Amino acid sequence: MFSRAYKAAVTLPPLVWVTAFLLVPYLLMFCYSFWSVSASQTIVHSWNLDNYVQLLRIDVYWQTLLRSMWIAARVTIFSLLLGYPLAYFLSFYAGRKKDLLYQLVIIPLWVSYLVRAYAWKTILGSDGVLNTLLQYVHLTKHPLEFLLYSPFAVVLTLTHIYTPFAFLPIYAALEHIPRNLVEASHDLGATPGQTFWKVILPLSIPGVVAGATFAFVLSLGDFLAPLLLGGPSGIMISNIVVSLFGAAYNWPLGAAISLCMLLLVVGLLFFSERLEKKWSFS
Amino acid sequence: MSSITTSANISAKVVDQAALPLLLSIRNVAKSFGKNVVLRDISLDVAEGEFLTILGESGSGKTTLLRIIAGFETATAGEVWMGEERLDHQPPYRRRVNTVFQSYALFPHLTVEQNVAYGLRVAKRPEAEIASRVSESLSKVKMSAHAKSKPSKISGGQQQRIALARALVNRPRLLLLDEPLSALDANLRRQMQVELKSLQREVGISFIFVTHDQEEAMVMSDRIALLRSGELEQVATPREIYGRPATAYAAQFIGHTNLLKGEVRAGVVRCGLLTWSATLPDGPALFSLRPENLRLIAESATNAGGVRVRGKVRHQAFHGATELIRVECGDGLVLVVRTPGSGGALDDVVLEFSPADAVLVRKSPERI
Repeated sequence: MFSRAYKAAVTLPPLVWVTAFLLVPYLLMFCYSFWSVSASQTIVHSWNLDNYVQLLRIDVYWQTLLRSMWIAARVTIFSLLLGYPLAYFLSFYAGRKKDLLYQLVIIPLWVSYLVRAYAWKTILGSDGVLNTLLQYVHLTKHPLEFLLYSPFAVVLTLTHIYTPFAFLPIYAALEHIPRNLVEASHDLGATPGQTFWKVILPLSIPGVVAGATFAFVLSLGDFLAPLLLGGPSGIMISNIVVSLFGAAYNWPLGAAISLCMLLLVVGLLFFSERLEKKWSFS
Repeated sequence: MSSITTSANISAKVVDQAALPLLLSIRNVAKSFGKNVVLRDISLDVAEGEFLTILGESGSGKTTLLRIIAGFETATAGEVWMGEERLDHQPPYRRRVNTVFQSYALFPHLTVEQNVAYGLRVAKRPEAEIASRVSESLSKVKMSAHAKSKPSKISGGQQQRIALARALVNRPRLLLLDEPLSALDANLRRQMQVELKSLQREVGISFIFVTHDQEEAMVMSDRIALLRSGELEQVATPREIYGRPATAYAAQFIGHTNLLKGEVRAGVVRCGLLTWSATLPDGPALFSLRPENLRLIAESATNAGGVRVRGKVRHQAFHGATELIRVECGDGLVLVVRTPGSGGALDDVVLEFSPADAVLVRKSPERI
C-alpha cells in the first residue's frame, strides 16, 4: 500500500532518535558500569565487577535503594487510595460536573514540579503555614520538626505530585466499563457494594496496575523532592547517583547503580504489563 | 381435515388472559427526559405466565418502559405494582425481575458458569445449591459444554443462551427481554424464537419481550402491546390485533393492509369506487382491508353479497406460496391483493371482498 521510500521516511527519524538518545547512552552506561576510576581521577577502561561488588558491600547504597523503594511503595499506596475513589466518583457519580472536575484534577500537572515542591516547603517548614497554624490554635507549643526534611515530607509531596498519574489510567479504565454490566449486576440482585467488589473493581484492575506502575516508577527515580524536602533521612537513590556523577566524580559506580535501577524498572514494567493483560477482557 | 384439527388445538391452547392471576400492573406511567416526552400515560397489565410483547419502532419508548419495570429508570409519573408490592419504589436489586439485555451484558471477567451463578452468589445461596441450579440452568439452554469458557470465546447465539440462563436461574417472577434476538442472523433468530417460546412455556414465568419486529411479535406472543411515540395503540392477542386492528397505524405496522378512506351516509359506506352497506354512524371513516381478504374472481362468478371492483394489474411480486398484486382501480384507488400463486402475468382483473372484512379503524393521531 505504501511505497518503501515512504515507509523508510516515516520510520527513519524515530529510529535515529531512539538510537542516538536511548540505545547509545544505555550502551555507554552499561560499559561505564564495568570500568573504574583511577587515583588521579581518570576513567580506566579496564573491565571488572568492582562497582557491583561495592554496591553490595557498602551499606549506604543498598539501604538507600531499599528506602527509595519503601518511599515509592508508600507513595503508590497513597496515590491509589486518593486516586481510585476520585476516579470512581468522577466516572460514576459526577454527572454533568464530570468534565469540570476532570480538568481540576489535571490542572496541577500544568504547574511546574519545582513550584509544587517549594509550596510544600512553605507549608511544612518550622515557620511554615502548618506549624504556625498548629501553634496559633495551641495544638502544639513548638514547631513539629518531622514535618519537613524527612521521609514524611518526601512521601507527602510525591503523593501530591503523582496522584494524577495514578488517577488517569484508573479513570480511563472505569470509563471503559460498559454501564450495562453495572445494570446487569443490579438486575441480578447485587447491591451497589457487591457490584463494586464483584464487577467494577475487577474490571478496573488494568487501570490500577498502570496507575500504580506510574506512581512507583516515577517516585522511585525522583531526586528533586528528597533534595528539597528530604533532609539527610529522606535521601533517595537518585540523589546518590546525582552526586556520583557530580561532585564525587565516580561515573562508573553511578552507572552501575543506574543500571540496577533500570533493570528493576524494566522488570516492573514487564510484570505490570503481564498483569494488565491478564486482567483485560476487551 | 388435519389442518382444521391442528388449528383447533392451537386455539384451545390460547390462554384466556383475563382468567389468569395478575402479576404486574403498570398504572399511568409517564416518562420524560427534560423536555423530551418518551412515554405518556401507559397502563398495562401482565398476567402470570404470560408472554407479552411490547412492539414498537425505534424511538417508540419500548426500551424505556422496560427499563422502568427493571428499575434502571424512574418514571416521571405513575406506578408499577407487582401483586401487592409497589415495585417502582424498590431499587433494581430488590425486584424479583430479571433482564436479558440487548447486548447480553455478560461479565467478561467471569466464566460462563460464574456468570450464571452470579445472582445466586450475591444472594448468598449455599454452594451446593448454586452448583446444581447452575448446571441445571446451563443444560436447559444446552450450554453445559461451555461452562468453563469466557464469554468472549463463545458465539453471539451462545452468549444469548447464557444471558437467558443467567436470568432464569434466579427464578424471577418476571423476565424482561430487550430485543434479545436482534443481533442474531435470520436463521438462528427463527430458531431462537421457537426455543424461547417453548422455554417460556416450560418454566411458566411471565415474559415481557421488547422488539421492533412485528413478525417476531406475532410468532411468539400471547399478547402484543403496540407502542407508538410513547403511547399504546392497541393491546391484544396477535390474532385480534391482526384481524381487528384498532387504528390505522396498528393495521399498517402489523402485516400489510389496504387503508380505505371513506364516508358513511345513512348506512352506506362509500370509499371512492367502492360502496357497501354497514350499520355505522354517519361521518368520515377509515377501513383496513387485508390483501388476503381480496379475491381475484371470474367476471361471470355469481355475487353473494361481496363488493366488486374492476382494475388493471400494475405489479406482481412472487413470494413463493403467495403473490402480492397491485391493482389500479382508477379514481386514485390502488389495492394490494394477496393470492395463492396466480399462475402467470395478469392484466385486467375483477376483485371482490366481503364487507365484513373491511375493519373500521381509528385514524392514528399525528405524533412526533
